[in-house]
Amino acid sequence: MLNQYPLWKYISLVVVLIMASIFALPNLYGEDPAVQVSHRTKSLTDDDKLLIEQTIKAKELSLKSIELEQGLVLARLVDTKDQLIAADALKEALDKQYLVALNLAPATPDWLRTLGAVPMYLGLDLRGGVHFLMEVDMVAAIKRLEESLLSDIRSTLRDEKIRYRGVRRDDEGLHISFRDLGHMEQAAEKLPRVFRELEFDENQDTLTLHAKLSEVSIRNEKKSALQQNVITLRNRVNELGVAEPVIQQQGDSRIVVQLPGIQDTAGAKKILGATATLEFRMTEGTRADWLDAEQNGRTPLNSILYHERDGSPVLLNRRVIVTGDQIIDAASTFDSQKGTPAVSVRLNGKGASKMGETTREHIGKPMAVVFIENKIETKKVGDIITKHRTTTKEVINVATIQGQFSARFQITGLESQEARDLALLLRAGSLRAPVEIIEERTVGPSLGRDNIEKGFFSVMVGFVLVLVFMTVYYKGFGLIANVALTANLVIIIAVLSLLQATLTLPGIAGIVLTVGMAVDANVLIFERIKEEIKNGNSPQASIHSGYEKAFSTITDANVTTLLAAIVLFTLGTGPVKGFAITLCIGIITSMITAIVGTRAIVNLLYGNREIKKLSI
Amino acid sequence: MSQTAVESKQKTMINFMNKRKLAMVFSLILMIVSIGSIFTKGLNFGIDFTGGYLIEAGYQYDVDLDRVRSALAEAKFKDAQVQNFGSSKDIIVRIAPRADINKATIGDSILNVLKTTSDKPVEMRRVEFVGPQVGDELRDDGGIALLVALGGILIYISMRFQLKSAVGAILALVHDVVITVGVFSLLQLEFDLTVLASLLAVIGYSLNDTVVVLDRIRETFRSIRKTTAEDILNISINQTLARTLVTSLTTLLVLFALFFFGGEIIHGFATALIVGVIIGTYSSIYIASSTLMLMNIHKQDFLVVAKEEVVDDAP
Repeated sequence: MLNQYPLWKYISLVVVLIMASIFALPNLYGEDPAVQVSHRTKSLTDDDKLLIEQTIKAKELSLKSIELEQGLVLARLVDTKDQLIAADALKEALDKQYLVALNLAPATPDWLRTLGAVPMYLGLDLRGGVHFLMEVDMVAAIKRLEESLLSDIRSTLRDEKIRYRGVRRDDEGLHISFRDLGHMEQAAEKLPRVFRELEFDENQDTLTLHAKLSEVSIRNEKKSALQQNVITLRNRVNELGVAEPVIQQQGDSRIVVQLPGIQDTAGAKKILGATATLEFRMTEGTRADWLDAEQNGRTPLNSILYHERDGSPVLLNRRVIVTGDQIIDAASTFDSQKGTPAVSVRLNGKGASKMGETTREHIGKPMAVVFIENKIETKKVGDIITKHRTTTKEVINVATIQGQFSARFQITGLESQEARDLALLLRAGSLRAPVEIIEERTVGPSLGRDNIEKGFFSVMVGFVLVLVFMTVYYKGFGLIANVALTANLVIIIAVLSLLQATLTLPGIAGIVLTVGMAVDANVLIFERIKEEIKNGNSPQASIHSGYEKAFSTITDANVTTLLAAIVLFTLGTGPVKGFAITLCIGIITSMITAIVGTRAIVNLLYGNREIKKLSI
Repeated sequence: MSQTAVESKQKTMINFMNKRKLAMVFSLILMIVSIGSIFTKGLNFGIDFTGGYLIEAGYQYDVDLDRVRSALAEAKFKDAQVQNFGSSKDIIVRIAPRADINKATIGDSILNVLKTTSDKPVEMRRVEFVGPQVGDELRDDGGIALLVALGGILIYISMRFQLKSAVGAILALVHDVVITVGVFSLLQLEFDLTVLASLLAVIGYSLNDTVVVLDRIRETFRSIRKTTAEDILNISINQTLARTLVTSLTTLLVLFALFFFGGEIIHGFATALIVGVIIGTYSSIYIASSTLMLMNIHKQDFLVVAKEEVVDDAP
């Protein structure tokens, strides 16, 4: 029998359509302005939820709902104005260990959420926000590792009582020079056992031991620098209070950071890219020595010349007492006596005992706090790309040690914004290697909204135009194709929602393009049917052979387009990828709806029946 | 089947092939003009490829661009290019990457300058920065993507048809891409990442069209015994003509919807596709088939190919 489908085909088509409609449905509900509260270390409890609820209600804001899910509390409000007030109130009421972030939570009804149906994931160009691509300065990471090894080598040689003339580091690696062969042999014997990450090489003529990092340890260092930076950036983003941030490695030296809905982008950039940290050192000599060193360039052997913020010179001991890495907590505050901005810090165990020891031994002597900031910038002159690295080291404060202290103390000498930023940076941990923002895309909230509206509108206009054209040109069969096209659109949205693939503006363009191209399969089939009828075949036979003959053409044509789309997806970035995803999905779904979907309707209407004329 | 084809030959029959020399000359001229323009005028690359800063801002009333320019020049942004974007209320400011610009605050400093040119609030709509190393990479990656796509298609078509058809299809593609890029060069339209994406879509589309024609050529070669290659190509093109035009029309309908209503950001994308679809429609009629004629296509070319699979009754 010609043109009949078995019942199971109809049933599965109907099931697919119902499922698609359900999963596409959440996109019809909007979003609620919400405040999301989490904690640095623990999951939130019902008590926290109650506290949050009371805090918001105390401000007489209307709360739409409040829920505790996966350790964080999400409070939905009625409008965005309330959202800001609620967030400020919560930041004030809760202690610093809580993170308060603004969020737009999908207003999907509960019954849909229990089915796992969620709206499409909108890209930053549609919802507004910042996208950063950061490059980690691996050269600096390696240099830093070599420098710390250098100081370890120095102390190992000292501990082992192996006398050496000097150690230095350059682009070739580390160089340790000796006065005589005997000590060099001793070192060549000892050092490789302690420093397994280095490869040693003796040069007896110059009495120098050369050491280089092995390939493996360079690779490991790069990997851990990248991972450490990702962790630090994540901490910093949490400090900024951004809901649903994305922080991911990309390639072997880059990190992508996406912050949806953030308003203060300049502030965010400053915090994310900052490599500021602190060092504590004892001063050397007297004020007269410092001026002398500045004027005559004579710096004593064990000291380095620094400058204070006002430009006056300070000599500091080469040895660092404690570095910023050993600070485990920091908060900006005000100095109780002078009322100036300050940062109160807490050291970890090792740092605390070192600090305790030093301050005990040096009561009455001045200690300096050095503020260090690394900056890196890539410039292109003509075709040559160069990296410029600058390190700023400033002494922010020199104070006499009044008494012994170890784990907790205060630092002054900063502006108030600086104190807040520094506290945040110290809390979040320092970056293992400096990062440079090499790409930024910020979309303001109003543009995001415009993009959604324009995208949606152009999909609708394109869709209606195609529907009208198909009806006019193919009449009855055109209407059938239109049903398939509508189903196609619903299925694309359902698949995008299910996959949670990022929908971008070019992605919407991809949907529009699919709408135009999806009818191609039907055009091919209908033209074949027309041809068959012209050739004098019966309507039933024409339908049958029209579908049959068009099938391999449709497959060939779509596979080639799919190939191009897959190449786009694998090689493309950002906007290109968004376009490729919708194009791929659209090609596949359109083949199903245009071939199987229309055939089902055609069979239902015309199958197993006497027909004189087709409406085509 | 042979009867079928001959009959439909009598219904609509435009002799495309006897004008193929004219078409070749026409295409050659287009290609030469395009390539000439690409080499002399070059492309107006967007910041995606050149690197630099782009700031889009929205005013509440029509903007006096000269006032904005002089305000920016006073604020040490002499090299800033200012133009309207989409409407007379929105402007876009472009600045080449420069040593003395602070990346972290440039968006805000530009916005602050813009605010001095209006009594009403000025809104930041978009800030983009692309570092020089990223720009170069994006351009290289884009080129590679185009080449890989072309290579993949060449292989697929060679497998499904045969080499001569694949060469024809690829020539049609190169023709379409070169002319589309040529139009961007001639009109100095901005060439950015989305335009690159739409070029790949043009490849997909143009191919789709060409494959349908090639498919019919193969079928006709197998079904009609005694006639010249030229006739066969003519018959095949005529038989697929309605489909070619209808699909191009529906695609153009949605593309015009995008062009007029999709917003400024998507303009370049829509433009490239509109040009590409029009050129692609023409090339699927003329370029692929003319190439087949040039390569002296004959029946044997299609008989060596593995026999077509039996198509299921119900697809």
